[in-house]
Amino acid sequence: MATYRLNVNGRQREVTTDPSTPLLWVLRDELKMTGTKYGCGISACGACTVHLDGVATRSCVVPVSMIDDRPIVTIEGIGADPVGRAVQNAWIDKDVVQCGYCQSGQIMSAVALLKNTSNPTDVNIEESMGGNLCRCATYVRIREAIKSAAKQVK
Amino acid sequence: MSRIRSIALLISLALSCALFLLMAGAASFADEPPVSTAQGLEAWQQVYSVLTHPRCINCHTATHYPQQGDDRHRHFANVVRGPGNTGVPGLNCASCHQKANADSTGVPGGNGWHLAPLSMKWQDENDQPLSSVMVCRSLKDRSKNHNLDGPGLLKHHEEEPLVHWAWNPGRRPDGSIRTLPPLTHEEFVAATKRWVEAGMPCPTGK
Repeated sequence: MATYRLNVNGRQREVTTDPSTPLLWVLRDELKMTGTKYGCGISACGACTVHLDGVATRSCVVPVSMIDDRPIVTIEGIGADPVGRAVQNAWIDKDVVQCGYCQSGQIMSAVALLKNTSNPTDVNIEESMGGNLCRCATYVRIREAIKSAAKQVK
Repeated sequence: MSRIRSIALLISLALSCALFLLMAGAASFADEPPVSTAQGLEAWQQVYSVLTHPRCINCHTATHYPQQGDDRHRHFANVVRGPGNTGVPGLNCASCHQKANADSTGVPGGNGWHLAPLSMKWQDENDQPLSSVMVCRSLKDRSKNHNLDGPGLLKHHEEEPLVHWAWNPGRRPDGSIRTLPPLTHEEFVAATKRWVEAGMPCPTGK
């Protein structure tokens, strides 16, 4: 066991856990932040996506010992960011969500895309969102919402 | 005055020793037989056997995606190369690959995880390894290899962290150790050195 000080959504949090514990389980079990979802556990579905120092990261495969002082932003904190807020608004406007399980990961990846590519093409969206699976197949609405959010951010 | 003489004597002695050692080293170097082209070609085949091992070639693709596994299948999760060979926003290499292997989750890692540039592709577009001739020509082509000369290539093989990773590739998600290249890192560097000393000869043919 080891103690880690993590910057989560701008707040310092302290957790004592096994160094090999994936960040996902630190967030969900230790910090009780359950917005980030467990999907596959092998980084194949994207449901667990958070931002680690601004990079969309699959929290299910990153041990807490490798976080260091990099800031973590989760779905609970992304609305404080202008791009994050725009994406969340677009998600509501376009009524993207069906069952909703994958959507926190989808939103985190979409924000990472828009922070790097202000006017994404269909190819940009397909490539950047290609690792986020949606069993309800809301992909068309996701694409519309990302384009809508891009316009709001401008 | 005698102190100054003593210091001068000491300096003179030190210079003489240094000169002697330099000459001895040069004589020793001169005593080493030069590496012949045949020996260089033999060394190259050893280097090639490492370069085309899955731990190396999986990130030297000719396509817009990396590969994984000993069967060199396409990387899962729709990972793509991206303009900087590090993936795309939302799906970067760093989305999963951290600074070191994560053995508890089976994800390999190392500093600066990325695909080799397309100029350093060692496969064709059907994911088949290029011939020894083609990889050799490509490797020493300074317009393709970040302008590395022989010593530069040797240094790359000796020191590059992602080259080192091939001999410390960590565990798969099932807990088993990933396979290693056919030579040790020391043997790989020694083979590269012999190839460089032989003038970096490439096999003939296609």
